[in-house]
Amino acid sequence: MPGLGDAATATTVESPADQGVERAGPGIARVGQIGAVLLSVAAALAVWELVSRTGLIAERDLPSMSSSFRELWSLVQTTSFWGAFAQTVRGWALGLAVATALAVPIGILLGSSDFAARALRVPIEFLRPIPSAALIPLLFLTLGTTLRSEVFLAAFGAFWPLLVQTMYGVRDVDPLAIDTARSFGVGRFERLYRIKLPSAVPYIATGVRISSAVSLILAFTAELFMGIPGLGQKVNFAQAYGLNDQLYAYALATGFLGVAIHLVSSAAERRALRWHPSQRTAAA
Amino acid sequence: MSSRATNRLKIAAEIAVPLAILGGWQLWTVHAHSQFFPRLSTILVTFRKMWLFSQFGEHVVPSLERIGLGFGIAVLAGVLLGIPLFLSLCGYLLAMPHIEYWRAIPPPALLPISVVLLHSIGNTQKISFIAFFCLFPVLLNTIDGVRSIDPTLVDTARSYGVRGLARIRRIVLPAALPQIAAGMRNSLSLAVIMMVLSEYFSSTSGVGYVLLISKNTFQLAPMWAAILLIGLLGYVLNVLFILAERRVLAWHRGWRAATA
Amino acid sequence: MLLEIETLSKTYGTGPKVTRAIGSVSLTVDEGEFACVVGPSGCGKTTLLKCIAGLLKPTSGEVLLRGKRVAGPPEQMALVFQEYSRSLMPWASVRNNVLLPLRHKKLKTAERRALVEEALEAVGLTTFIDHYPWQLSGGMQQRVAIARALAYQPTILLMDEPFASVDAQTRGDLEDLILRVREEFGITILFVTHDIDESVYLADRVVVLTHSPTEVKEIVPVALPRPRDQIATKELAEFAQLRAHVYRLIKREQEAGDPETLAPSVPDTRTPV
Repeated sequence: MPGLGDAATATTVESPADQGVERAGPGIARVGQIGAVLLSVAAALAVWELVSRTGLIAERDLPSMSSSFRELWSLVQTTSFWGAFAQTVRGWALGLAVATALAVPIGILLGSSDFAARALRVPIEFLRPIPSAALIPLLFLTLGTTLRSEVFLAAFGAFWPLLVQTMYGVRDVDPLAIDTARSFGVGRFERLYRIKLPSAVPYIATGVRISSAVSLILAFTAELFMGIPGLGQKVNFAQAYGLNDQLYAYALATGFLGVAIHLVSSAAERRALRWHPSQRTAAA
Repeated sequence: MSSRATNRLKIAAEIAVPLAILGGWQLWTVHAHSQFFPRLSTILVTFRKMWLFSQFGEHVVPSLERIGLGFGIAVLAGVLLGIPLFLSLCGYLLAMPHIEYWRAIPPPALLPISVVLLHSIGNTQKISFIAFFCLFPVLLNTIDGVRSIDPTLVDTARSYGVRGLARIRRIVLPAALPQIAAGMRNSLSLAVIMMVLSEYFSSTSGVGYVLLISKNTFQLAPMWAAILLIGLLGYVLNVLFILAERRVLAWHRGWRAATA
Repeated sequence: MLLEIETLSKTYGTGPKVTRAIGSVSLTVDEGEFACVVGPSGCGKTTLLKCIAGLLKPTSGEVLLRGKRVAGPPEQMALVFQEYSRSLMPWASVRNNVLLPLRHKKLKTAERRALVEEALEAVGLTTFIDHYPWQLSGGMQQRVAIARALAYQPTILLMDEPFASVDAQTRGDLEDLILRVREEFGITILFVTHDIDESVYLADRVVVLTHSPTEVKEIVPVALPRPRDQIATKELAEFAQLRAHVYRLIKREQEAGDPETLAPSVPDTRTPV
């Protein structure tokens, strides 16, 4: 295995990626990592092309990589594609916004009041594991196939992880900081927004990252199953009419949207985490 | 108020609040006369009629099978892939872009594709779908768990000549297990969701299928009973997992408490 | 000669960030000897020990155990770390922890059992054989680590500041334990410490290192009578003289090693991310 035993305190447990960085020096390692990503993606695309063109999987079922991307390219030039894209983004954003607007305040309340937390513990424990997907038929019948259904579903699903994370964040404050503040006569409310909230920010950031993924999944699901306008509806349509090229193209597009959202929310999370005192390495 | 009194009040609230919610639910549905929100009592009666036990074998069992197999395969694959992937530089770099892509894509986007590719809406299609997406939390947590093993422990193993498979079996796996278990818990709740989605989308049996059918036939009480069952399923599976985790990882809790 | 270390050096990094942790260390350890290694803080004692133990590859020079080159952790060597709690497996009982190194040795189950029980008896932990390490105190955990090393039946035992994380009274008990154990099992011990008193108390010879880049400054023979005793031995005038001598050497090294011109000291343990 490369590089083992060479680093300063060599163990076999350092991530191979870390070892590569140590040996090669940071600049070269960056290039190497990017190169590996590109190589890996290129290889996967090549395999896809091969598998479908050689008929390993019937081209009918698995359109070739080139034709899928070609289809995607032509779709990207239509307004209908971007309309659907925007609708999904809208559903995701609204769902996430509603979930955040509810989960953060309630989470702060439950995190700072043990009484409230315990009183509501049982209902939360029961409601939390309910897959939001189970609510689709109910929403279909009550709110109908409208944006409201999509936002409700997305918000319902995204609410729980964020609630739990916020509660943890508010509760996880260093008791020493609180005691210090109390000894200086800092009032309860001020303690909350000067100490507890800033301390909870990284947790909330993690919660937002998780919730944003959940919101996207549910927004898409609502579109897929209820025919609400958006990428999900396009996928459903393509499948119903046997338009496989379109099916794969839209699936790719959805994948890219998912990756984009993941990258943005992870980056935001990392920035929030870096700021947190627990993450700062002690000054030498 | 004395702390004993506040504690009693908290316990009282813990019991009273759920009961109040249930009572409120019943009262509201009785007065609302809404066809979409049948009385809680009606729902409970329908629940008993359907799931205990007439339709249990027909629908609940297949659903549980799919969850079980999908989850099981995902866990096995996640651990078996995660360990070597971490230990091999090439494998790690090549695999990470793919792992990052597949964990970010919304799983329902692949539902129609899974039906098309596998030419069927049978068990294999659903189990593969469930297993595929449940793989990633386990895989990522395995990699993370292996990564954070204490270097001193590894040095100890090396200096005592514990190598290869033995080292993985006796040191790497147990040390990474707490983290792997966290991934498994995520995967399990994901499995329930994927089961519902895949059955709702295309199936001839299962709880998700019942959900779909009752919606289509406008039977609200059975639909609510199905929703209730799904919620219960998710809850029970989670509790069972936590109990199992407590037993297997008892050492972990003790260790954490001692080194706190 | 059991252990020969020839012009060992260890350098990290390249170009402007190069760190010469170990300059050139040569020393020998005889069979049955108790050799202590002391040096100013940050002089790379742990790095040296890890190179000797085969966990790190030296940049140049070599380590010979009974004439054979050490390329990886050799079978006749056992290592006891300073962070005992991190070297013991929290998911296994004391018994299974001590058993770990024996599993791949070609022994019968009964033989393994006997070795484990014997080793635990030697360190006085027989009653705790089925406890978990984290249920024990720091000193007891270190004794488990020592028992594990003993059960392994090595020819030479390397110890990296093993009693540094333990309170002073327990340290005294552990020092006497290791002396007893050496008598009983007749193993050679190479003992790294920053505690000068401890080094003189335990050793047959004290190896004093320079500051970074590390070399051997002086080897001080310790002819104090055995068996050693925490009170009687430390009352001897000779003890005080030896101790003062070693202390002076180290103090000189510490002053000479001016922080402005020194290469940065290499961290001994990996900083957790």
